[in-house]
Order: sequence, then C-alpha cells, then structure tokens
Amino acid sequence: MSILKYAPEALKNLFKPPVTTKYPFEPAVYPEGARGHIEITIDDCIGCGMCVRSCPCGTLSVDKMAGTWSIDRFDCIACGYCVEKCPKKCLTMVEGYQTPGAKEGKVTYTKSPEQLEKDRIAREEQAKKAAAAREAAAKKAAEAAKQQQPSGLEQAAKK
Amino acid sequence: MGKRSVIPFGPQHPVLPEPIHIDLVIEDEKVVEAIPSVGFIHRGLESLVDKRDYNQMTYVVERTCGICSFQHGMGYCEAMEHVFGVDVPARAKYLRTIWAELGRMHSHLLWLGLLADGFGYENLFYQCWRVREKVLDMQEMTSGGRLIFSVNKVGGVIKDIEKEKLDIILKTMDEVEEELTVIKDTFLLDYSVQSRLQGVGIVTKEQAHDLGCAGPFARASGIRTDMRKLGYAAYPDLDFEPIISATGDSYARCYCRIMEIFQSIDLIRQAIGKIPNETDLFTPVKGNPDGEYFMRVEQPRGEAVYYVKASGKQYLDRFRVRTPTFANLPGLCEMLKNTQLSDVGLLVLTIDPCISCTER
Repeated sequence: MSILKYAPEALKNLFKPPVTTKYPFEPAVYPEGARGHIEITIDDCIGCGMCVRSCPCGTLSVDKMAGTWSIDRFDCIACGYCVEKCPKKCLTMVEGYQTPGAKEGKVTYTKSPEQLEKDRIAREEQAKKAAAAREAAAKKAAEAAKQQQPSGLEQAAKK
Repeated sequence: MGKRSVIPFGPQHPVLPEPIHIDLVIEDEKVVEAIPSVGFIHRGLESLVDKRDYNQMTYVVERTCGICSFQHGMGYCEAMEHVFGVDVPARAKYLRTIWAELGRMHSHLLWLGLLADGFGYENLFYQCWRVREKVLDMQEMTSGGRLIFSVNKVGGVIKDIEKEKLDIILKTMDEVEEELTVIKDTFLLDYSVQSRLQGVGIVTKEQAHDLGCAGPFARASGIRTDMRKLGYAAYPDLDFEPIISATGDSYARCYCRIMEIFQSIDLIRQAIGKIPNETDLFTPVKGNPDGEYFMRVEQPRGEAVYYVKASGKQYLDRFRVRTPTFANLPGLCEMLKNTQLSDVGLLVLTIDPCISCTER
C-alpha cells in the first residue's frame, strides 16, 4: 500500500515543469548574500597586503608599486577572510561561481592610469614630507648636541 | 566448511562516494573476516598548522569534510575559545546551534537517500534528496554557502541570521516535517524495506561499548551517548533526549537517524524561539593562544574530538581530530562477520562512513 503514498506526488510531477533550469541558457538564480567569488575595486586598494597575509590558500598577490592585485580563481576557496581583513573595504564577495576551465585561472587587476598617476604624486609628496621631516629631525638633533656640549664643558669646569 | 577466499571490496562503493577498501574473507557466500584499509585521500590538513595561523586554520579545518563542515569549524573554534578563555555572545551560540542542526538534517537526509539507493529503492532516494534540497537552500540563504559555510570565527560567528530569515527557516521546517513524515513511514513501515534492514548486521550493546562506537551507530545499539548533552553552544538551554534503539540492527540505525532529523527540527524551533536579540556576534580575541584543550562535539556521525595545543605563538603546536568514522570502523568489521556477501554494501553504508574526515 505504501506505493500509493507517492501516487499524488507522481501525478503532480506529470504536470509540473522540471525543477532544474537550463543553465547556461537561463541565468542562474543566487540567493541574497551568496558566496560567489571575490571582486576588487582596484582604485581604492592601497596595496597594504593584508589580504595576501590573511589568505589561507595563498592565492593572492599584490604589487604596490605597479598597482596590481592578482588572484588565482581556481585556488581561491571563497572563505571571505580577505574581505573581512581589508582595511579599505575594497574587496567584496559577489554572486556567480567560478566557471571551470582548462586554462590557468590567474586574473590580474591593474589600477587605472589616472589612479596610478595620483598614487605616484601622493608617493612623491610623502617622500618629500619624509625627507623634510628627516632634515628637521637631524637639525634638531644637531642643535640638541650643541646645547649639550657647553653644558658638558661647564660640568668639566666645575669639576 | 567451505573453501576460504578473499574478495576486495572498494575503494569504489556501489552508492557511497567514499573510498573505503575492505578485504573480505569469505566462506561460500558468508563473510568470515573483514580487514579495512584506508589511506586513499590523505591530504595532511593537520600538519598545515605549521604554515597557517590559528585564524586561517578555521577555514582549513572546515574543509576537512564536505558534509559536516560546519561542525568541524565549530569544534575547532570552541576549543580555541577555551584556550583563549573568552566567552562567546549568547546569540552566536544560538546561531551556531541552528547551523549545526541544519547540517545534521542535511547529512542524515543524504544518508537516508543513499540507504534507499543501497537497497534498490530509487524513488525513495530521490524523495529524500528532494527534501534535502530545501535544507541546503536554507543553508545557502543564511550563510552564503550551500555546504561550506565559513561563518565561524575564533570568538563567535561573522554572520547574523535576520528575523525575516529565521521566519523563513521556521516555515521551511514545517514543510520539511510534513514531507518527512511520509518518507519516515515508508522507511519504517514498508515491508520490503523492513525485509532488507531488520535483523541484518546486529551489533549488541556490549559489543558497541567494547569497540568504542560513536553516534547514531552506538545509540542504535542502546548506548545513551550524545555529546550535545555535554553542553557546548546553546544545547544546555534546549530540551532534548538522545534517541536510542535497543535492537542494534540496520533498521535501528535507520530509525535513529530518521528520528534525529525530527529532533533537529524541534531543536531549531526551540533555538529560534529562545534566540536573544543581541548585536554582538563575536568577542574579539587578543594576542596569541597559549595552552591546550580537548573539545568533544556531536557530529551527524557521532562524537568528534578536537585537540589543540599552543605555546604563545601565532601558529599552533599541534592540532588533531578524532573523527566518528574512525571510532566506528572496528564496529563495522565486527558487524560484517557472519553476514551475507550481498549485504556488505548496505552494511558499510549503515555506519555512515566519512572517509574524507577519517584521513584528513
């Protein structure tokens, strides 16, 4: 008799459309907040390398001077730890799983020329500031040494 | 006495995608002895503690197994939290409980489907996996991953389940319960199913105790063991009793696992009813771990033990997992003795082996 239990289900299935979708001809539907793959807003990246150090599978690499950020999509386990660690929040998890392929999955993102130029100017300014600060510090140290010297002589004279 | 011969069974199982190899010593059609061998998919995850810090290890441990991945991550995080001596916020504990029970449901439904396929009832196999799909959808909706959630963190969880999503889970649990009742009746009352399961592969209570069996395998033999009663996560606040059966045969194991799905539904309802409204989801941990801890967690397959040892460095000194399947293998070998060769495929299935966990 237990066969009859599934009879309503079988009858329903006769008139229902198939549960499966004809992917890739139809777009896949992802729920909100699905862990798909990692994307980067590369112009916001400061090249600090926090993502590289946090990645459990060592798939990320970053070059601060060249302004590039690269990921091997086939090595990535989509754990989202780099997204959590990113100080500028320029990494995000977006929907859509990595499609299989025979080629290497390494993808490199490079900053836009304008952003690279901005970064270069910012770096130069920073270098100038640092040089100025070094100079000021050296001057201060020299002055302090000059002030200390007479006091040392005075002490010697006292003795 | 017939002539003895040895038949290799596996590593390919008829229905179960787990590589276990057993050398069966048989006399005519009767199994006299079973000698298991594992080691086909060793990945060396435990030794990765030398190269990955304790936070990264959460994601490595989670990937020990695809089916009970959340509970692996939870066990590791709970052990690390004891080493650090931090208290997890109450909401995080409840969220962990909800996710753990969802994981148990989908694992048991997967097993029930495989069991049905194992004894040749393909329609029932599809029915079980159809219900399982709803549970998987709940997991994907709440955590973003269908099987591997990556929501655990040493100190709590990183994702919250909002009120609306909790309501959707409750609604889905009602649907699942309704559909599961039909499936339960088929498993437990159908005479053709009973004829394949009843009285096959009996493990007595004494045998199960002596061989150190764990989880539903031990509970089906009448041992009242459930690590959830030790009181990790939010289980101390929830009302439940371990489901046990006395007969110790394949039917009892099937009964225990089906009833555990209903128990999980009940636990999820209780947890959603009691979940506190907090905004804190994790307690930040500071510094490096120092100390050691043993953590015991009830996985869908039984008791899993996590051992962590740290000495004030970013990297752990030692990490070790004792998985339930490892504990159940001696029981399996004892169970296979004096059974028919045709039952071996089904009997290997009834301990719900997870060789990926066992070999790591």
